[in-house]
Amino acid sequence: MTIEFLPDRPIYQQLVDRIIGEIIRGAILPGEKLPSVREYALEAGVNANTMQRVYKELEQVGITEAKRGQGSFVTEDQNKLQFVREELKEQLVISFVQNIESFGFTTDEMVECLQKRGGKDD
Amino acid sequence: MIELQDVTLKIRRRHVLNGISLKLGEGSFIGLVGENGSGKTSLLKVMAGLLKPTTGTALLSGEPITRRVASEISYMADDDGFYPFFTAQELFAFYETQFRDFDLEKAVEISEFLQVPRTTKLKELSKGSRGRAKIAATLARDTGYYLLDEPFSGLDPMVRMDIAKGLIRFTDPARQTIIMTTHEISEIEPLLDRIVVLKEGRIIAENSVDGIRYEYGVDATKWMVSLFEEQKSEFRGGAR
Repeated sequence: MTIEFLPDRPIYQQLVDRIIGEIIRGAILPGEKLPSVREYALEAGVNANTMQRVYKELEQVGITEAKRGQGSFVTEDQNKLQFVREELKEQLVISFVQNIESFGFTTDEMVECLQKRGGKDD
Repeated sequence: MIELQDVTLKIRRRHVLNGISLKLGEGSFIGLVGENGSGKTSLLKVMAGLLKPTTGTALLSGEPITRRVASEISYMADDDGFYPFFTAQELFAFYETQFRDFDLEKAVEISEFLQVPRTTKLKELSKGSRGRAKIAATLARDTGYYLLDEPFSGLDPMVRMDIAKGLIRFTDPARQTIIMTTHEISEIEPLLDRIVVLKEGRIIAENSVDGIRYEYGVDATKWMVSLFEEQKSEFRGGAR
Protein backbone atom coordinates (compact mmCIF):
# COMPACT_ATOMS: atom_id res chain seq x y z
CA MET A 1 0.00 0.00 0.00
CA THR A 2 1.10 3.57 0.38
CA ILE A 3 3.60 3.24 3.21
CA GLU A 4 6.01 0.34 3.41
CA PHE A 5 6.31 -1.00 6.92
CA LEU A 6 9.25 -2.83 8.43
CA PRO A 7 8.33 -6.34 9.52
CA ASP A 8 9.97 -6.31 12.93
CA ARG A 9 8.09 -3.52 14.72
CA PRO A 10 4.42 -2.83 15.37
CA ILE A 11 2.84 -0.80 12.59
CA TYR A 12 1.41 1.79 14.96
CA GLN A 13 4.86 2.47 16.42
CA GLN A 14 6.31 3.00 12.99
CA LEU A 15 3.58 5.52 12.28
CA VAL A 16 4.15 7.28 15.62
CA ASP A 17 7.86 7.59 14.81
CA ARG A 18 7.12 8.78 11.32
CA ILE A 19 4.89 11.61 12.51
CA ILE A 20 7.27 12.56 15.33
CA GLY A 21 9.99 12.72 12.69
CA GLU A 22 7.89 15.00 10.51
CA ILE A 23 7.24 17.32 13.44
CA ILE A 24 10.86 17.43 14.64
CA ARG A 25 12.08 18.03 11.09
CA GLY A 26 9.60 20.88 10.75
CA ALA A 27 7.65 19.25 7.93
CA ILE A 28 4.61 19.78 10.14
CA LEU A 29 4.80 23.03 12.11
CA PRO A 30 3.87 23.85 15.71
CA GLY A 31 0.16 24.65 15.90
CA GLU A 32 -0.54 22.93 12.59
CA LYS A 33 -3.51 20.59 12.36
CA LEU A 34 -2.83 16.95 11.57
CA PRO A 35 -4.99 15.28 8.92
CA SER A 36 -8.07 13.56 10.34
CA VAL A 37 -7.66 10.00 11.55
CA ARG A 38 -9.53 8.75 8.49
CA GLU A 39 -7.50 10.82 6.03
CA TYR A 40 -4.20 9.71 7.46
CA ALA A 41 -5.37 6.09 7.63
CA LEU A 42 -6.26 6.25 3.97
CA GLU A 43 -2.90 7.74 3.09
CA ALA A 44 -0.98 5.19 5.12
CA GLY A 45 -3.13 2.22 4.08
CA VAL A 46 -3.88 1.19 7.66
CA ASN A 47 -7.25 0.84 9.32
CA ALA A 48 -8.70 3.68 11.36
CA ASN A 49 -8.30 1.82 14.67
CA THR A 50 -4.54 1.71 14.16
CA MET A 51 -4.48 5.38 13.27
CA GLN A 52 -6.57 6.27 16.29
CA ARG A 53 -4.03 4.50 18.44
CA VAL A 54 -1.22 6.45 16.77
CA TYR A 55 -2.93 9.77 17.48
CA LYS A 56 -3.56 8.79 21.10
CA GLU A 57 0.07 7.85 21.54
CA LEU A 58 1.21 11.18 20.07
CA GLU A 59 -1.03 12.99 22.54
CA GLN A 60 0.40 10.96 25.39
CA VAL A 61 3.93 11.82 24.32
CA GLY A 62 2.73 15.44 24.47
CA ILE A 63 3.77 16.38 20.97
CA THR A 64 0.20 16.89 19.82
CA GLU A 65 -2.97 18.10 21.50
CA ALA A 66 -6.51 17.03 20.72
CA LYS A 67 -9.01 19.87 20.53
CA ARG A 68 -12.56 18.68 20.99
CA GLY A 69 -14.39 18.36 17.74
CA GLN A 70 -11.53 19.90 15.79
CA GLY A 71 -8.89 17.20 15.63
CA SER A 72 -5.24 16.93 16.60
CA PHE A 73 -2.78 19.82 16.51
CA VAL A 74 0.98 19.92 16.88
CA THR A 75 1.81 21.43 20.25
CA GLU A 76 3.11 25.01 20.34
CA ASP A 77 4.84 24.32 23.62
CA GLN A 78 8.53 24.66 22.73
CA ASN A 79 9.61 22.85 25.90
CA LYS A 80 7.65 19.77 24.91
CA LEU A 81 8.97 19.84 21.36
CA GLN A 82 12.51 20.26 22.67
CA PHE A 83 11.99 17.40 25.10
CA VAL A 84 10.78 15.03 22.38
CA ARG A 85 13.64 16.13 20.14
CA GLU A 86 16.21 15.36 22.84
CA GLU A 87 14.57 12.05 23.56
CA LEU A 88 14.65 11.08 19.91
CA LYS A 89 18.31 12.08 19.70
CA GLU A 90 19.09 9.94 22.73
CA GLN A 91 17.30 6.96 21.18
CA LEU A 92 19.18 7.32 17.93
CA VAL A 93 22.49 7.50 19.78
CA ILE A 94 21.70 4.41 21.82
CA SER A 95 20.84 2.34 18.77
CA PHE A 96 23.87 3.69 16.93
CA VAL A 97 26.17 2.75 19.81
CA GLN A 98 24.65 -0.73 20.06
CA ASN A 99 25.14 -1.14 16.37
CA ILE A 100 28.81 -0.10 16.27
CA GLU A 101 29.61 -2.14 19.37
CA SER A 102 28.21 -5.21 17.68
CA PHE A 103 30.84 -4.68 15.01
CA GLY A 104 33.58 -4.12 17.60
CA PHE A 105 34.10 -0.38 17.08
CA THR A 106 34.70 1.92 20.03
CA THR A 107 32.75 5.15 20.55
CA ASP A 108 36.00 7.18 20.54
CA GLU A 109 36.85 5.81 17.14
CA MET A 110 33.41 6.67 15.81
CA VAL A 111 33.41 10.16 17.37
CA GLU A 112 36.66 10.87 15.55
CA CYS A 113 35.17 9.56 12.33
CA LEU A 114 31.98 11.60 12.75
CA GLN A 115 33.96 14.77 13.42
CA LYS A 116 35.99 14.24 10.27
CA ARG A 117 32.86 13.75 8.21
CA GLY A 118 30.99 16.51 9.99
CA GLY A 119 31.94 19.43 7.79
CA LYS A 120 31.48 17.55 4.53
CA ASP A 121 27.79 16.87 4.48
CA ASP A 122 26.52 20.04 6.18
CA MET B 1 -20.38 -9.66 19.32
CA ILE B 2 -20.21 -12.85 17.26
CA GLU B 3 -19.55 -15.84 19.45
CA LEU B 4 -18.98 -19.39 18.28
CA GLN B 5 -18.93 -22.23 20.76
CA ASP B 6 -17.44 -25.52 19.68
CA VAL B 7 -18.92 -25.27 16.21
CA THR B 8 -18.60 -28.27 13.93
CA LEU B 9 -19.86 -28.54 10.41
CA LYS B 10 -20.24 -31.63 8.30
CA ILE B 11 -21.07 -31.30 4.64
CA ARG B 12 -22.00 -34.65 3.17
CA ARG B 13 -19.49 -36.82 4.98
CA ARG B 14 -16.72 -34.31 5.12
CA HIS B 15 -15.77 -32.57 8.37
CA VAL B 16 -15.41 -28.97 7.30
CA LEU B 17 -15.23 -27.32 10.72
CA ASN B 18 -13.89 -29.24 13.68
CA GLY B 19 -14.72 -27.49 16.94
CA ILE B 20 -14.37 -23.77 16.40
CA SER B 21 -14.68 -21.51 19.42
CA LEU B 22 -14.22 -17.84 18.77
CA LYS B 23 -15.32 -14.46 20.08
CA LEU B 24 -15.24 -11.51 17.75
CA GLY B 25 -16.07 -8.28 19.54
CA GLU B 26 -17.42 -5.09 18.09
CA GLY B 27 -15.11 -2.63 16.45
CA SER B 28 -12.33 -4.50 14.76
CA PHE B 29 -10.92 -5.53 11.47
CA ILE B 30 -10.33 -9.28 11.38
CA GLY B 31 -8.70 -11.52 8.81
CA LEU B 32 -9.63 -15.20 8.61
CA VAL B 33 -6.69 -16.78 6.89
CA GLY B 34 -5.76 -20.25 5.81
CA GLU B 35 -5.07 -22.34 2.77
CA ASN B 36 -7.76 -23.33 0.29
CA GLY B 37 -9.99 -25.89 1.94
CA SER B 38 -9.11 -24.78 5.48
CA GLY B 39 -12.75 -23.98 6.20
CA LYS B 40 -12.58 -20.19 6.23
CA THR B 41 -15.40 -19.62 3.76
CA SER B 42 -17.64 -22.11 5.59
CA LEU B 43 -16.83 -20.39 8.87
CA LEU B 44 -17.81 -17.04 7.39
CA LYS B 45 -21.06 -18.55 6.10
CA VAL B 46 -21.85 -19.92 9.55
CA MET B 47 -21.37 -16.41 10.94
CA ALA B 48 -23.62 -14.99 8.23
CA GLY B 49 -26.35 -17.54 8.97
CA LEU B 50 -25.99 -19.18 5.57
CA LEU B 51 -24.80 -22.51 6.96
CA LYS B 52 -26.11 -24.08 10.12
CA PRO B 53 -23.55 -25.71 12.43
CA THR B 54 -23.90 -29.48 12.70
CA THR B 55 -23.14 -29.16 16.43
CA GLY B 56 -22.23 -26.25 18.66
CA THR B 57 -23.71 -22.77 18.75
CA ALA B 58 -23.22 -19.58 16.80
CA LEU B 59 -24.47 -16.40 18.44
CA LEU B 60 -24.80 -12.78 17.39
CA SER B 61 -25.25 -10.43 20.35
CA GLY B 62 -26.29 -13.46 22.40
CA GLU B 63 -28.96 -14.64 19.93
CA PRO B 64 -28.60 -17.78 17.81
CA ILE B 65 -27.57 -16.92 14.27
CA THR B 66 -30.20 -17.81 11.67
CA ARG B 67 -31.01 -16.60 8.19
CA ARG B 68 -32.78 -13.71 9.89
CA VAL B 69 -29.54 -12.20 11.10
CA ALA B 70 -28.82 -11.36 7.51
CA SER B 71 -30.62 -8.15 8.39
CA GLU B 72 -27.78 -7.22 10.72
CA ILE B 73 -24.92 -8.55 8.66
CA SER B 74 -23.70 -7.33 5.31
CA TYR B 75 -22.29 -10.40 3.61
CA MET B 76 -20.34 -10.44 0.38
CA ALA B 77 -19.95 -13.76 -1.38
CA ASP B 78 -16.87 -14.74 -3.30
CA ASP B 79 -18.71 -15.89 -6.41
CA ASP B 80 -18.83 -13.81 -9.51
CA GLY B 81 -22.37 -14.66 -10.61
CA PHE B 82 -23.60 -11.63 -8.76
CA TYR B 83 -26.82 -10.63 -10.60
CA PRO B 84 -24.96 -10.35 -13.89
CA PHE B 85 -27.93 -8.85 -15.72
CA PHE B 86 -28.08 -5.81 -13.41
CA THR B 87 -26.18 -2.60 -13.86
CA ALA B 88 -24.54 -1.29 -10.67
CA GLN B 89 -27.35 1.26 -10.47
CA GLU B 90 -29.97 -1.49 -10.65
CA LEU B 91 -28.06 -3.59 -8.17
CA PHE B 92 -28.18 -0.71 -5.69
CA ALA B 93 -31.91 -0.20 -6.33
CA PHE B 94 -32.46 -3.91 -5.69
CA TYR B 95 -30.41 -3.79 -2.49
CA GLU B 96 -32.48 -0.84 -1.35
CA THR B 97 -35.63 -2.94 -1.59
CA GLN B 98 -33.99 -5.82 0.27
CA PHE B 99 -32.22 -4.12 3.14
CA ARG B 100 -33.57 -1.40 5.36
CA ASP B 101 -30.11 -0.25 6.27
CA PHE B 102 -29.06 0.23 2.65
CA ASP B 103 -28.01 3.82 1.96
CA LEU B 104 -28.35 4.63 -1.72
CA GLU B 105 -26.47 7.91 -1.37
CA LYS B 106 -23.57 6.10 0.22
CA ALA B 107 -23.63 3.49 -2.56
CA VAL B 108 -23.31 6.24 -5.13
CA GLU B 109 -20.57 7.93 -3.13
CA ILE B 110 -18.59 4.68 -2.85
CA SER B 111 -19.04 3.84 -6.50
CA GLU B 112 -17.81 7.30 -7.43
CA PHE B 113 -14.83 6.93 -5.11
CA LEU B 114 -14.04 3.57 -6.72
CA GLN B 115 -15.01 4.72 -10.20
CA VAL B 116 -17.56 2.00 -10.82
CA PRO B 117 -19.47 2.46 -14.08
CA ARG B 118 -23.12 2.50 -12.96
CA THR B 119 -24.99 2.05 -16.20
CA THR B 120 -23.19 -0.93 -17.73
CA LYS B 121 -24.45 -4.45 -17.03
CA LEU B 122 -22.26 -6.14 -14.45
CA LYS B 123 -21.55 -9.08 -16.74
CA GLU B 124 -20.12 -6.66 -19.29
CA LEU B 125 -17.76 -5.08 -16.78
CA SER B 126 -14.21 -6.22 -16.17
CA LYS B 127 -13.67 -8.50 -13.21
CA GLY B 128 -12.04 -5.60 -11.40
CA SER B 129 -15.03 -3.30 -11.90
CA ARG B 130 -17.39 -6.05 -10.81
CA GLY B 131 -15.32 -6.48 -7.67
CA ARG B 132 -15.61 -2.75 -7.04
CA ALA B 133 -19.38 -2.76 -7.65
CA LYS B 134 -19.79 -5.66 -5.23
CA ILE B 135 -17.86 -3.92 -2.48
CA ALA B 136 -19.82 -0.69 -3.05
CA ALA B 137 -23.15 -2.49 -2.64
CA THR B 138 -21.87 -4.34 0.45
CA LEU B 139 -20.42 -1.32 2.23
CA ALA B 140 -23.44 0.88 1.50
CA ARG B 141 -25.37 -0.97 4.16
CA ASP B 142 -25.04 0.72 7.52
CA THR B 143 -24.61 -2.27 9.74
CA GLY B 144 -22.51 -3.56 12.60
CA TYR B 145 -20.92 -6.39 10.62
CA TYR B 146 -19.36 -6.71 7.21
CA LEU B 147 -18.47 -10.30 6.30
CA LEU B 148 -16.41 -10.39 3.14
CA ASP B 149 -15.42 -13.58 1.42
CA GLU B 150 -12.12 -13.18 -0.43
CA PRO B 151 -12.67 -9.55 -1.41
CA PHE B 152 -9.22 -9.36 -3.01
CA SER B 153 -8.91 -12.69 -4.71
CA GLY B 154 -8.27 -12.79 -8.44
CA LEU B 155 -8.02 -9.01 -8.74
CA ASP B 156 -5.04 -7.08 -9.99
CA PRO B 157 -2.96 -4.96 -7.58
CA MET B 158 -4.58 -1.64 -8.54
CA VAL B 159 -8.06 -2.97 -7.86
CA ARG B 160 -6.91 -4.58 -4.61
CA MET B 161 -5.55 -1.23 -3.50
CA ASP B 162 -8.78 0.56 -4.47
CA ILE B 163 -10.84 -1.93 -2.51
CA ALA B 164 -8.54 -1.60 0.48
CA LYS B 165 -8.96 2.19 0.32
CA GLY B 166 -12.72 1.80 0.01
CA LEU B 167 -12.68 -0.33 3.15
CA ILE B 168 -10.68 2.26 5.07
CA ARG B 169 -12.73 5.16 3.81
CA PHE B 170 -16.24 3.71 4.16
CA THR B 171 -16.15 1.59 7.28
CA ASP B 172 -15.80 2.70 10.86
CA PRO B 173 -13.89 0.00 12.72
CA ALA B 174 -14.49 1.82 16.01
CA ARG B 175 -18.11 0.67 15.93
CA GLN B 176 -18.25 -1.81 13.06
CA THR B 177 -16.67 -5.22 12.73
CA ILE B 178 -15.18 -6.24 9.44
CA ILE B 179 -14.35 -9.91 8.99
CA MET B 180 -12.74 -11.02 5.78
CA THR B 181 -11.35 -14.28 4.52
CA THR B 182 -8.17 -14.26 2.52
CA HIS B 183 -5.42 -16.63 1.55
CA GLU B 184 -2.97 -13.86 0.76
CA ILE B 185 -2.13 -11.73 3.70
CA SER B 186 1.08 -9.82 3.08
CA GLU B 187 -0.49 -6.92 1.22
CA ILE B 188 -3.47 -6.36 3.46
CA GLU B 189 -1.77 -6.89 6.79
CA PRO B 190 -1.77 -3.15 7.63
CA LEU B 191 -5.55 -3.17 7.21
CA LEU B 192 -6.15 -5.74 9.90
CA ASP B 193 -6.34 -5.59 13.67
CA ARG B 194 -6.43 -9.32 14.24
CA ILE B 195 -5.67 -12.50 12.41
CA VAL B 196 -7.34 -15.87 12.96
CA VAL B 197 -5.51 -18.74 11.31
CA LEU B 198 -7.42 -21.81 10.21
CA LYS B 199 -6.16 -25.19 9.18
CA GLU B 200 -8.26 -28.24 8.42
CA GLY B 201 -11.31 -26.74 10.05
CA ARG B 202 -9.53 -25.77 13.25
CA ILE B 203 -8.21 -22.51 14.61
CA ILE B 204 -4.48 -23.01 15.01
CA ALA B 205 -3.65 -19.47 16.13
CA GLU B 206 -5.08 -16.06 16.76
CA ASN B 207 -3.21 -12.83 17.41
CA SER B 208 -3.22 -9.11 16.72
CA VAL B 209 -1.09 -7.85 13.86
CA ASP B 210 0.94 -5.60 16.13
CA GLY B 211 1.05 -8.34 18.78
CA ILE B 212 2.75 -10.65 16.31
CA ARG B 213 5.32 -8.01 15.42
CA TYR B 214 5.85 -7.14 19.07
CA GLU B 215 6.15 -10.72 20.33
CA TYR B 216 7.93 -12.37 17.45
CA GLY B 217 9.55 -9.49 15.57
CA VAL B 218 8.20 -10.69 12.23
CA ASP B 219 5.30 -9.77 9.97
CA ALA B 220 2.14 -11.85 9.74
CA THR B 221 3.26 -13.78 6.68
CA LYS B 222 6.45 -15.02 8.34
CA TRP B 223 4.51 -15.79 11.49
CA MET B 224 2.05 -17.92 9.55
CA VAL B 225 4.79 -19.80 7.78
CA SER B 226 6.41 -20.62 11.12
CA LEU B 227 3.02 -21.75 12.48
CA PHE B 228 2.56 -24.20 9.65
CA GLU B 229 6.07 -25.52 10.12
CA GLU B 230 5.44 -25.98 13.82
CA GLN B 231 2.28 -27.92 13.02
CA LYS B 232 4.16 -30.19 10.70
CA SER B 233 6.82 -31.01 13.26
CA GLU B 234 4.19 -31.54 15.95
CA PHE B 235 2.44 -33.91 13.63
CA ARG B 236 5.64 -35.81 13.06
CA GLY B 237 6.22 -35.91 16.81
CA GLY B 238 2.84 -37.52 17.26
CA ALA B 239 1.40 -34.65 19.30
CA ARG B 240 -2.04 -33.19 18.55
